[in-house]
Amino acid sequence: MTTGPTAAVGPAPAPRLGPGVRFTHDAARAADLLLLPEKVLVLNTTAAAVLALCDGSRGLDEITAALKDRYEHVNRQDVIDLLARLEQHRAVAHG
Amino acid sequence: MAEADRPWEVAAPFGLLAELTHRCPLHCPYCANPIQLTPRADELTTAQWKDVISQAHAIGVVQLHLSGGEPLARADLPELAFHARSSGAYVNLVTSGVGLTRERALLLADRGVDHVQLSLQDADAGPADYVAGARAHQCKLAAAKAITGAGLPLTVNIVLHRGNIGRTARIIDLAVALGADRVELANAQFYGWGLLNRSTLLPTRDQLDASLVAVEQARTRHAAAGRGPHIVHVVSDYYAGRPKPCMDGWARRQLTVTPSGDVLPCPGASVIRSLPVENALRRPLAEIWYDSEAFNAFRGTGWMSDPCRSCPSRHEDFGGCRCQAFHLTGDAARTDPVCRLSPDRALIDSALAQAGGLPQADHVMRTPPVADARTASEGR
Ligand SMILES: C[S@@+](CC[C@H](N)C(=O)[O-])C[C@H]1O[C@@H](n2cnc3c(N)ncnc32)[C@H](O)[C@@H]1O
Ligand code: SF4
Ligand code: SF4
Repeated sequence: MTTGPTAAVGPAPAPRLGPGVRFTHDAARAADLLLLPEKVLVLNTTAAAVLALCDGSRGLDEITAALKDRYEHVNRQDVIDLLARLEQHRAVAHG
Repeated sequence: MAEADRPWEVAAPFGLLAELTHRCPLHCPYCANPIQLTPRADELTTAQWKDVISQAHAIGVVQLHLSGGEPLARADLPELAFHARSSGAYVNLVTSGVGLTRERALLLADRGVDHVQLSLQDADAGPADYVAGARAHQCKLAAAKAITGAGLPLTVNIVLHRGNIGRTARIIDLAVALGADRVELANAQFYGWGLLNRSTLLPTRDQLDASLVAVEQARTRHAAAGRGPHIVHVVSDYYAGRPKPCMDGWARRQLTVTPSGDVLPCPGASVIRSLPVENALRRPLAEIWYDSEAFNAFRGTGWMSDPCRSCPSRHEDFGGCRCQAFHLTGDAARTDPVCRLSPDRALIDSALAQAGGLPQADHVMRTPPVADARTASEGR
């Protein structure tokens, strides 16, 4: 288990979308978007898959497990890094 | 390199800034609205605004900023918000909060407003109302309550200038106490009325340095207290010495529609008189975005001259702000004078050398368009 120290500095245990953040699919661009108060992020498949699981009920382990069910080559550290980047954008907040 | 210079690589816009009206109960001397304000009689009707919003959606806009002037001055605001939200767009209301009662906030939330940006002038009613030219501060505190009470996420915006920058810490504390998820401190930018009042608004270097420390301390203070808000601090480009990536590039991600339907690459662009002005009542938005002379004028990097033309930063800052270049040099295609590499940098340095010289009382308050003022007094 690496949860201890990594989780303390890493992303929150049960991430959810930040205040005023909305996840949407844009048919015209054929892309998933994250709409924030002052910006729009165009999501790649990985980010979209992770964000769709950020509902405040799943912890990092559940998110990683759910991704592993659907995709090959899911790496827990990659999920941690992605969530940290999304947190910097204020896209996700603590659960 | 040639790739980025190709002017025909135009992507769909993400955002529309809809300046619904120029009417406003306040008179902020820093207001970035143009000096030539649109009178009420020239404003687009509800149906015309709805059509503009639908056209914007059709060309790719997914984020709508309802602003002005004071957007609450439009009785059809809830209807327009609903229309925008029905298309799936993110609806951001940018408001002074004057007139935002609990009922109205609830109605706007119900009609699909996603987020509210509420502006404050200062930490205390005295100086805040002085700058607003009206008794507004208490209304704003009530508006903040109405917004959070309606379950809407809140950003508090404050324009920092010489008169209030010394109270940066207390302004942030007030915004946090009001329940803001985000606090946006923007050092006054010099457009419209703000440019007119530049000499009374510009803070001194010492004031700016002190406010930078105050912001850092506030970040630590509020993060330590638990769930701290996101504090965004936009330092004046005059002091930064580097241009801002204005609008993320000319006509690259956003467009602005003025109260009368003029379609601009940015809210300040009406000052560039060398460019023809397009209007949504005369030409489809798609054509304006992709084909108009004004929108294509400064796309990409092909229009640049030296020093931008060969500068490695040109893909990040796009040569700075075209409106600022026009305002200060008379040529919109020059390097933004705030850039340390610009041959016109002396224009900025001389303004900075005078910072702190004039008393605040010398500022010119933003006043309504003449036609509106006349109608208002005739109506009495
Ligand atoms: C022009 S106002 C219109 C909306 C509304 N009347 C208000 O003041 O909130 C839009 C936003 O721009 C900010 N603003 C106005 N003048 C500015 C300037 N010179 N520099 C930076 N921000 C400015 C206001 O504080 C407000 O948050
Ligand atoms: S910045 Fe002040 S004067 Fe300008 S529109 Fe907003 S409230 Fe009115
Ligand atoms: S020279 Fe032009 S591109 Fe280079 S930093 Fe200055 S404004 Fe930006």
